Formats: sequence, C-alpha cells, structure tokens
Amino acid sequence: MIEDRHKPEIIFKGIPAAPGISIGKVFLYVKDIPTTVEKVIRPEEVENEIQKLKDALKRSEKELQKILSFAQEKIGEGKSKILEAQIMILRDQFLLKSFEKRIRSELRNAEYIVSDEIGKYEKMMLMAQDDYMHERAHDVDDLKNRIIRNMQQTKLISKFDEAAIVVAHNLTPADTVIFSRNTVLGYATDRGGITSHAAILSRALKIPAVLGLGDISRRVSNGDTIIIDGYSGIVILNPSLEQQTKYQAKKEKYLQHEAKLAQIKNLPAVTIDNHKIELSANIEFEEEIEYLHMQGSQGVGLFRSESMLINRESIPTEEEQYQVYKLFAERIYPNRIIIRTFDVGGDKIAPNTIEEANPFLGWRGIRIFLDHKDLFLDQLRAILRASTRKNVAIMFPMVSTVEEILEAKKILEKAKSQLKAKKIKFDPNIKIGAMIEVPSAAVAADIIAQEVDFLSIGTNDLTQYLLAVDRGNNVVSSLYQEFHPSVIRTIKYIIEAGHKGNKWVGMCGELAGNPLATVLLVGLGLDEFSVIPTILPEIKRIIRAIKYSDAKLLASEVLKLTTTEEILRFLKTYLQKNFKDIIINNNNK
Amino acid sequence: MVEVEVVIKNKAGLHTRPAANLVKTAAKFKSDFFIYKDGFEINGKSIIGVMTLAAEQGAKLLLRFDGEDEQEAARAVCELFERGFDEV
Repeated sequence: MIEDRHKPEIIFKGIPAAPGISIGKVFLYVKDIPTTVEKVIRPEEVENEIQKLKDALKRSEKELQKILSFAQEKIGEGKSKILEAQIMILRDQFLLKSFEKRIRSELRNAEYIVSDEIGKYEKMMLMAQDDYMHERAHDVDDLKNRIIRNMQQTKLISKFDEAAIVVAHNLTPADTVIFSRNTVLGYATDRGGITSHAAILSRALKIPAVLGLGDISRRVSNGDTIIIDGYSGIVILNPSLEQQTKYQAKKEKYLQHEAKLAQIKNLPAVTIDNHKIELSANIEFEEEIEYLHMQGSQGVGLFRSESMLINRESIPTEEEQYQVYKLFAERIYPNRIIIRTFDVGGDKIAPNTIEEANPFLGWRGIRIFLDHKDLFLDQLRAILRASTRKNVAIMFPMVSTVEEILEAKKILEKAKSQLKAKKIKFDPNIKIGAMIEVPSAAVAADIIAQEVDFLSIGTNDLTQYLLAVDRGNNVVSSLYQEFHPSVIRTIKYIIEAGHKGNKWVGMCGELAGNPLATVLLVGLGLDEFSVIPTILPEIKRIIRAIKYSDAKLLASEVLKLTTTEEILRFLKTYLQKNFKDIIINNNNK
Repeated sequence: MVEVEVVIKNKAGLHTRPAANLVKTAAKFKSDFFIYKDGFEINGKSIIGVMTLAAEQGAKLLLRFDGEDEQEAARAVCELFERGFDEV
C-alpha cells in the first residue's frame, strides 16, 4: 500500500460491531438524494413525460423485486414485508392517475410532480405521533428517490471489482445483503449500533465492522486507504506507512490469538482443579446461530424473544412464535436454550405505545404480560410446543416479587393443560427461571429461588436500579459502575441464596462477558455465564487457565475493597499479570 | 351514495397488511370509495393513502361509497372491518 502524501491521517472512533482488522481501499457507497427541478413542459411533451414516468415505475419495481428475493433468502419473510409494501405503492393505480392528471393539468415535468405528490404523503406520515409512521415516512422517501433516480436514468452502484472496505452513511439490511455478494473487507458507517442488522450480518459473515462513526462517509473518497479495527472501534483514514505496518502486525497478532482460542473451541469451560462452568451465549437472531457454533458455545443462556418484534406491527401469533422457537431449539440441540419471555418496555419496544414518565420503573417485562394473559399464554404454549427435545427452558424478565412468579407458574400450568387437552406434545418438566435484575428480587432471591429451577442475574438493569443511575443519561452515566462494591456484594448474595435452595445461578448481563470480571465471578460461585458470542472464546480461555481455589481467594480479596476504583485497579493488575496477551475487546460495552 | 361509520378492531390498526387487504377489496367494485378521518379525505383505493391514515385500534372512520354498486361495496368493506381484518 502506498502512502498518500496529500491527505492527512484522520482517526475516528466508533462502535466495534464485528471483530477483526482490515486494511484496504474505500468503496464509498452513496445513496445520493436526487434533486428535482420544477420545469414547465409543452402540451406535446406530456405523453412522453408520462411514458418516462411509467418506465421509471417499472424499473423501480424490478429493482425492488430483486432485492426482495435476496432479502427473503437472507433475512427471512417477516422482515422483508417493508419491501413488499413499497412494491404495492408502485402499483397504486390511484397514485399513478393523480401523477398523470397533474402532469396534464399543471404542465410540469414528471420528476417534479412525483416528488411533490409523494412528498405530501410523507409530510402527513411525519405528522403522526408515532415512531412506526415515521419509519414508514422514511420508506416512502426511499421509494420516491428510487423512482426519481430511475427517471434520471442514474444507477446505484453496488458492485465493485476489487476487494474493498465499504463506507456508507447507513446500511439497510438490503444493502448489507447486496454487498455480501462482493469481496467486502469491512464495513464502516456513520450510523448504526451493535444490534443493527448490518452488525449481526457482518459478525455472521466474519467481516470486520465499525459502526456509528458520525460523519465518516462525508470525509472519505473512493480509493482512499483506510484501516478499520473491529476490536477497538478505531478507524484510520489515510494512515501513514508506520500506522499501516503497526496495524498489519496487530492484525497478525490477533489472528494468532484467535487461532489459539480456536484450539479450545470444543473443550469444556473447566478450571484446572476441575470446577465446571457452563458457558453459553446470548442471541437474538437466527443468523447468529452459525457464529455461535463457530465460537464453541455450549448453548444459549439467553434468547431475547422480543427480537421477533423488531420491524413488526403486531405481536407474532402462537404458530409464528412456535416456528421460530422450534428452529432455534433444533439448531441448538443437544445443548440447552433458555428462552426469555418478551422483555418489552423501558427503552425497548412496547406493544402499545403508552406515555410513561418513568418507563424504566413502569410497565415492562413480566408486568405487561401478567396484564395481558392471552398474549402470555400464546407465548408459553409456543415455547412448550418447541420443548419436545427437552432442551428448552423458560426465563421471566423484570421479576420484582415472588407473587409474579407464582402467577406466571399458574399461567404456565394453564398453557400445559390446554396443550394436553389437545394432545399436543411438550416437555412436562420444562425448567423455569427468574431473571434477577430488580433490587427487590435480589434481596428476596432466596424466596424466589424456592419457586424456580434457576436464577439468572441481569447485571445491566440490576446495576442501574441498585445505584439509581440511568446509564443512558450522560449527566450521571459515569456513576453507572458494574464493579461498584454494592453490585459485587449483591451478586454474591444472589449466588449464595440460589445455592442454599440447591438452584444454579447464571448471569446474562454484560458483566458476564467482561474478561475483567471472569475470575471474580468464578470465585463467587457463579455456575453459568451467558455472553455475547464474540467474547466467548476469551472467557473460556480464562476459565481454563485458573484454579477455582485461587478464584475464591481473589473474590474474598475483592470483597474487602471499598471503592469501585480499588476493585477495578485490583482486577486490572491481576489480569495484566496473569494474562499478558489478553485482548480486551470493547464489544461487550 | 352510502355512508358508514366503522371502528378499527384489530390490535395493530390499519397497518400495511390490512391496508393492502382493504384496497384489494375496494378495487373489486366500480364505485368510488373515500375514507374520512380527522378532517383528512383519502381515496380508499390507494394503498399509499390508506397507509398514511395511520389509523390505530379504536379509531373511528367514515366510509363513503358512490357508484352503481355502492351497496355491495359498502357491505364487503364493512365486513372486513367487522372481522378486524382477520387478525384481532
């Protein structure tokens, strides 16, 4: 690679969405917004203008049909509904007639009329007070630009010959799918986060990706040299030769490290002194299953069933849910999958948008579904039906009191008897667990443990509820400290409470996937870790390199410390001393 | 001319799928079909129009049919609303 002397080196920091380092040339993907100019046309030009419009509509439909068939193959039927709706609009005869009528009567060019007419609908959609309609307005805008682009006969270039790093403002699922046909070395985008489709697909395809980079798409040109570091989220534009050499070395080091981690892929997560830990993964989408197997996961400790609600307008029916759960249960078999019932509310999608002053302290998790028993029954029957191989467990989110568990168990029994009456098979001994993420449940963990088969600690919410800190609030987010002594003590208490009732205790919050915490958590007696798949091999390596007896000693030392800072310093020193080659990737942030 | 007031019964409201269903049903008849809601007038045979209505569960709509087969059209469309677009 040749150093470009004319361009200064620029460093960006984004969200590391898929691990890996790539050095290559930029392919800038610009979905430029076509500009339209209002032009007066002569009456004899009218027919020609209308024909131009009809051709553009036809071409647009052809494009969308192509994307649709790709999308259905790669992201599933449900999520490709949006594309179908766009096609229906293209076929809207009333809309076409109103275009024609206006072209004839106003004697204006078709581009202008299309832009103005569709623009009216867009404005009305944006006036609605709901996110769903705002999303639809974006779709309609996308469609409008597609038609206009087709009238101007310009084409979107989504093909490139040489291997390149795709830089874009934003990548829709359709874009990501289309690009994956080329040799993509990496993705770097202005927008998007760790759970966006672009991120999930790139992880599944093992293509490094850094998202949420702000304005990178406006600062690169085609052919620029760029480095993307999908571990740290660093992106370097026009890197000096020195930087390129440094990252090349870093890349090789990582690859070696990954190769080393790959060697233990099929080995169990067990300490030197034979203390077994169950190491499983958190997942949301079907596309992640393959990656999970590649990472050597022992199962799924948290399947976020609410991921099914993304880009949907209604809660899926029992049958639709059953198909999804069945597919997951089959592909995870013989390992276990823990399905968490819909955790909606708080900052997550809600079935009906209601205004709450304090959504995190409001109607969310199990609270919603105890009020909507019909929906809850649908979900429980769907999970039960998928449990015939006996590798499915159910977990309830946002439990704050044991009564909720008692109530949920009653509903579960009802779901079982409904299935029995219809002679439908299920696992009658299906295990149930409670997520412990509300302080009141943590304090009463011993009581709750008597009613369930396992507990799973949700550290993200537990930390913010325990410390009364909203981590999304920039003013106080520095007070959100997962290593706060109160958090560590609470975790210790929950684990002991579970063990006293002879129940196993797991953790599916971010802390479980933080290498800094691994030895401490093993020492506190945690039985199961459920982590994001990217970090899984690293956690396994740490577990396999330590002694349970040493971990217990370390935990008792940490419990003596009184401030977050002391705890962090202690754990960092320990890790640096004992795991020199550790790569702390920020993916679990 | 026939005018009928209907209430949206299905949970998710008049979103993409029911909107498509409504337009398809209306297209089978010759009569003009307009929908009125909150001062807006929408051609009920236009998918983009019906989508724009953003009609949620419980919303009241006024339907107006005008043409030779207005009775039949009104009956068919009202039945769709009655059944909650088969997704209540």
